Amino acid sequence: MSSSVMEARLLEKEGDEEVYEVFIGPQHPASGHMRLIVRLEGDVIVGVDPDIGWVHRTMEKLAESKEALKAIPLLERMTIIDSQNVTIGYVRALEKLLGVEPPPRARYLRTLLSEINRIASHLYGMGLAGIFVNHSTMFMWCFGDREVWIQLAEELTGARLTHSYSVPGGVRRDLPQGFKEKALKAIRYMEKRLDEYHRIFFDNPQVRARYEGVGVLKPHEARRLGVVGPNLRASGVRYDARLLGDYGVYDELEFEIPVREEGDAMSRLLLRGDEIRQSMNIIRQVLDKIPEGPILAEKYLRLIPPKLREPALKEGRIKFPGIFANLKLPKGEAVARAEMGHGEIFYHVTSDGSKKPYRVRVVTPSFRNVILFRYLPPGHRFMDLPAIYGSLDYFPPEADR
Amino acid sequence: MTCPFMGLAFLGRLEESSRKAAQWLVERTPVRSLRDWAISFSLWPVHFTTSCCGAEFAAVSAPRFDMERYGFLPFNSPRQTNLLLIEGTLTRKMARAAEIVYQQMPSPKFVVAMGACAIDGGIFHNSYNIVRPHELFPIEYFIPGCPPRPEAVAQAIVRLHEKVKRSEYGVKARET
Amino acid sequence: MNTGSRLERLEKGLRDIGLEPVKAPGVLRVDAQPESLVPAARLAVEHGYDHLASVEGIDWPSEGVIEVIYHAESYDEDLRGTLLEIRVKVPRDEPRLPSLIEVWPNALFLERETWDLMGVVFEGHPELRRLLMPPDWDGPPPLRKDFKVKTEGVFVNVE
Ligand code: SF4
Repeated sequence: MSSSVMEARLLEKEGDEEVYEVFIGPQHPASGHMRLIVRLEGDVIVGVDPDIGWVHRTMEKLAESKEALKAIPLLERMTIIDSQNVTIGYVRALEKLLGVEPPPRARYLRTLLSEINRIASHLYGMGLAGIFVNHSTMFMWCFGDREVWIQLAEELTGARLTHSYSVPGGVRRDLPQGFKEKALKAIRYMEKRLDEYHRIFFDNPQVRARYEGVGVLKPHEARRLGVVGPNLRASGVRYDARLLGDYGVYDELEFEIPVREEGDAMSRLLLRGDEIRQSMNIIRQVLDKIPEGPILAEKYLRLIPPKLREPALKEGRIKFPGIFANLKLPKGEAVARAEMGHGEIFYHVTSDGSKKPYRVRVVTPSFRNVILFRYLPPGHRFMDLPAIYGSLDYFPPEADR
Repeated sequence: MTCPFMGLAFLGRLEESSRKAAQWLVERTPVRSLRDWAISFSLWPVHFTTSCCGAEFAAVSAPRFDMERYGFLPFNSPRQTNLLLIEGTLTRKMARAAEIVYQQMPSPKFVVAMGACAIDGGIFHNSYNIVRPHELFPIEYFIPGCPPRPEAVAQAIVRLHEKVKRSEYGVKARET
Repeated sequence: MNTGSRLERLEKGLRDIGLEPVKAPGVLRVDAQPESLVPAARLAVEHGYDHLASVEGIDWPSEGVIEVIYHAESYDEDLRGTLLEIRVKVPRDEPRLPSLIEVWPNALFLERETWDLMGVVFEGHPELRRLLMPPDWDGPPPLRKDFKVKTEGVFVNVE
């Protein structure tokens, strides 16, 4: 080794002492699949460059290469933990293009699964927020309780995570027998557990010390940055895509949109707890009010051969004829927005009149929240970064598509 | 006649030959099976989530399925782990990271591919941004499913236990 | 001045700068030119559309254009039901548009993604580098129509 090389390694150069970069990920103890390039001055963060795209699986392109209906299972893989809410927007956009409306019972069932998924998704986020501050108990509890809701969803749809439940015009399956009792039991259990969560996690002084007052986002900043979901509502902006009344039966139910004013990491976590309560409230009302009737729009029921139609209606299980995969989308375009556990998802479907959509544009909540990784950490200490990351409930496959 | 340097001269070879002897011993049945028995109960996967199958992977280590019963504890650093579980799709960008992680793990190390995507692309078979893991790593088991149920992952791990106990893991897993 | 709802005022303002807003259910659609894009966007911000929901590129090889579509959104109660959609057409072989980062700060990642996947250059954007694609990607922008992926076989119902 020549001496100049050695010198270069040993001696300090100009500018060395000021700012240095730390690369976090893509292999790191929390959820993985993203890299944060953190620029530090001493212990203080001066900038963060979120390097995403590690799970970019080209959903938008692949959705163009499939028949419209087959893109539902594909798009579901973006947020596998919240698969009803992630596809409902796409299904709504297709319905607007095709000009069908789901019957009332189907809309209630969609709402039911949406809320079950929302609870599961929030529990996932809270569990990870626990692991970010090394609180393994929270991880274990949340993931354990998440199984309760996954089991309910499995009973309703037949799959643990990938439900593919909503299809244009309705849903695939009817309510199974005895579902109501099980759901009510789950709600009672979860209500008890939420209080226990408060005791062990939210009111825990160590957790409070890590999360409170960290990463404060003011309301006007949240608006300008286009932040969505619980991260927005924790900053005091009352906006929820469910309020638009575009899908589900939210306009027929009574529920609140929880809002918190502080805008820090702790309030983002607490807000998820509030939302779980509201979701359970919605599930209760849905189970009480659900009307009888078909679960698929008349227009499509007629496509099913009569031999199969009767048993399908009786069993409440729709097996689609092949013709359904070859639906022609009329020429035009449609926009749909839906509220996922992580925030609002936006779909814009353009069709040129063939079976396959010409272009599917999807902007996911996590992708819109990526900007917070830039915006929030500067000025904080390095140890606050996990707390900020954990409170944002960021799901990389969703952001990268 | 004694040579004062003999001990020293012998030392160099002694070190080498003792290493060889130890190697030989470790590869012989009683010691080797003891070693493999021990390894089989400490399969520690590295925290390296590549895709959406990670959601089920998290469920595997969570209370309901609780794979810690089988000595399966996800751990932070690749240096302290010996199992790479590829959780779904490997994108091009991620594949490079996966290789680095794999190289950093001490041997013997094992790779299990989880999900249809890790077998042959699955639902993304025609995507322009994915690679097939079996082109990069020697894979012990594939777990089919999209996503595989946690029980399926558990089964793969139990199978891997048996395979390790029988000392049947590949040559590649032992090298480097 | 303060007559009518904010949406109507915005519509009027857009007419004043020579654009033709069209109302569709849930969407206010405007076809703009690259020159009128920034004024239209500024007007939208003044009237409450303070962030973008999406920036999207659609490739129309038959017309030789790429259509860039901006969807602006507002969280306010009176505007949240309607999205503002601004559509601009740029030539396919040299797609260039002014960056809207000064008007809508959250265009940062949205425009970067559109550059990455669609190849539209946003002039004035501070960091047009790879976001989703791997850094060494040198193929054509993947969302263009001349970038083909294998399609799936057609399902035929035999009954
Ligand atoms: S196999 Fe299915 S669940 Fe697993 S990564 Fe692939 S798409 Fe996701």
